[in-house]
Amino acid sequence: MTAVLVGAAILAAIMATRAARLLSSALWLAAVSALLSVLFFDLGAPQVAVIELSVGAGLVTVLFIFAINLAGEAGKPPAAVVPAWLAAGIAVLVPVLLAALAAFEAVATPAEPGPAFAEMLWQQRGLDVLVQIVLIFAGVLGLLGLLAEVEAPLGRSAVKEVVARREQDLLALESAARKEEVRV
Amino acid sequence: MSISPLALGVLGLLGVGFYALVVSKNLIRTLIALQILVKSAVLGLLLAGTLSGKLQLAQSLAVTAIVADTVVAVVGMAFAVQIRRRMGTLDLRDLAQLRG
Repeated sequence: MTAVLVGAAILAAIMATRAARLLSSALWLAAVSALLSVLFFDLGAPQVAVIELSVGAGLVTVLFIFAINLAGEAGKPPAAVVPAWLAAGIAVLVPVLLAALAAFEAVATPAEPGPAFAEMLWQQRGLDVLVQIVLIFAGVLGLLGLLAEVEAPLGRSAVKEVVARREQDLLALESAARKEEVRV
Repeated sequence: MSISPLALGVLGLLGVGFYALVVSKNLIRTLIALQILVKSAVLGLLLAGTLSGKLQLAQSLAVTAIVADTVVAVVGMAFAVQIRRRMGTLDLRDLAQLRG
């Protein structure tokens, strides 16, 4: 069961990187997230599973689709600068080296079960919660950037801008009136 | 010692994410590769927590990682949208101003 889920997650990740359209890439990423959240639940981490499912598969996917909508699909298919063999070599080498590193380390001895998740998060890792709050604030600012208008801010203040436009309009009206007089 | 399929999953996702990160030229594809990498890291954290019996600590760290990753994705997407609007492209090679 676990092996099937893991295989499906890796397959979905490969599809996410190889899909021709960005939109299907984002949807495959959501599939990876959903499969991983089942794995997390299986591991005995239901809180993380819920957060992964709601944030990873829900919020991030919606944001990706929103951003792809705004930014548009990629026009031409990307031509890699890094040769494919080098990229594949890096992609294989890094996990293998990490696995070797982990294999040489002694498997940690199971400790006695620690405090509950809530106590661990809110009391022992309270600093992490503060960091999360700051990060969420940064995320809100990022969303504002996502939604911001393209126009550069006005050089002058808005009031001066309005006054200047009024004066221009008045000048135009006066010159028009003068032309009328001349014609009469 | 038998290898857990979860460990293989961590390594597999890590490989896929690294490959995509190195190969991708589109800014949004780079973000997707980063997401895959962080998902692999979170799975690794929880697996380590299970093996060492400190699952609660691993869970609280995983939550922090997920939050940080989401914020990185949001800021990256904001960058992508604004860059596309101002420069008309998302290709990382076209965006590079340094020539050498």
